[in-house]
Amino acid sequence: MKFKLILIISFLNFSFLGSEEIVVQNTILKNLRCLVCQGQSIADSNSDFAQTIKLVVKDLVEKGKTEDEVYSFMAEKYGEWIVFKPQINRQNLMLWLLPYLALILGGIFIFFLLKKSNRNQ
Amino acid sequence: MQKIIKITILIIFVFIIGTFFISLNKSANYNTEFLIGKKISKINLEYFNEKKIYNEEDLKKNDYTLINFWASWCSPCRDEHSLLVDLSKEKKLILLGVNFKDKKKQAEKFLDELGNPYDFLTKDLYGKQSVELGIYGIPESILVNNELVILKKFIGPLSSKDFESIIEIIN
Repeated sequence: MKFKLILIISFLNFSFLGSEEIVVQNTILKNLRCLVCQGQSIADSNSDFAQTIKLVVKDLVEKGKTEDEVYSFMAEKYGEWIVFKPQINRQNLMLWLLPYLALILGGIFIFFLLKKSNRNQ
Repeated sequence: MQKIIKITILIIFVFIIGTFFISLNKSANYNTEFLIGKKISKINLEYFNEKKIYNEEDLKKNDYTLINFWASWCSPCRDEHSLLVDLSKEKKLILLGVNFKDKKKQAEKFLDELGNPYDFLTKDLYGKQSVELGIYGIPESILVNNELVILKKFIGPLSSKDFESIIEIIN
């Protein structure tokens, strides 16, 4: 009985060891694009390239690199394309701003439309 | 009001068509050409037959180095091999072979069969070092100078045109 208890407790403890690192790793792998696949993330893919990247990400996380540090490392080596969420830069500024711009302009448009219809009533 | 709506719709329409026109005319194939002109920060390649490391300091000793990633299981590597053998005759160029995720015996058999053009032969058993150089498939070759600047990248097997451009750069 004692032996079983020790076994269960040690098993529980070991399963929690490094679990945070694994969560971070998985998040990173989901946010990296598999460059040689069609629309798959590194986490989804089992290709040769994806396997290599998985190993490297594991190493980097174990070395204590943060999520953002891993992304910038990968972007430096493979270009911005490898991260699913690109950083804001001059080329994609429009991409980031347009939705907000559309929202504001749309709001103004609706505001004036309502104002006009109120006046007509 | 009617006029504003019409103009807005027209602007949106032109914008969408314009975006499609520009984007569809761009080459959508991914490549790592942007690495040309950048410096290699570090490499850490284990020799094929010894427990020694070939690093960036060793690279600096050569005027020009062609780093070639290959494997016995990669058939395009077979196609480009004769060109590498020809390049090995160039005195100004050092060939650094990186055997990529391969079995030692198979790799040795490959070189016995087709010749060993490499001045230095190293290995990358798990492919981890290939990430440092932005490799995403093999064969891939990188031409660097003694300042570790990447002069050219060849993704896929070398062609005779690539061969000529290497000769042109090193001379």
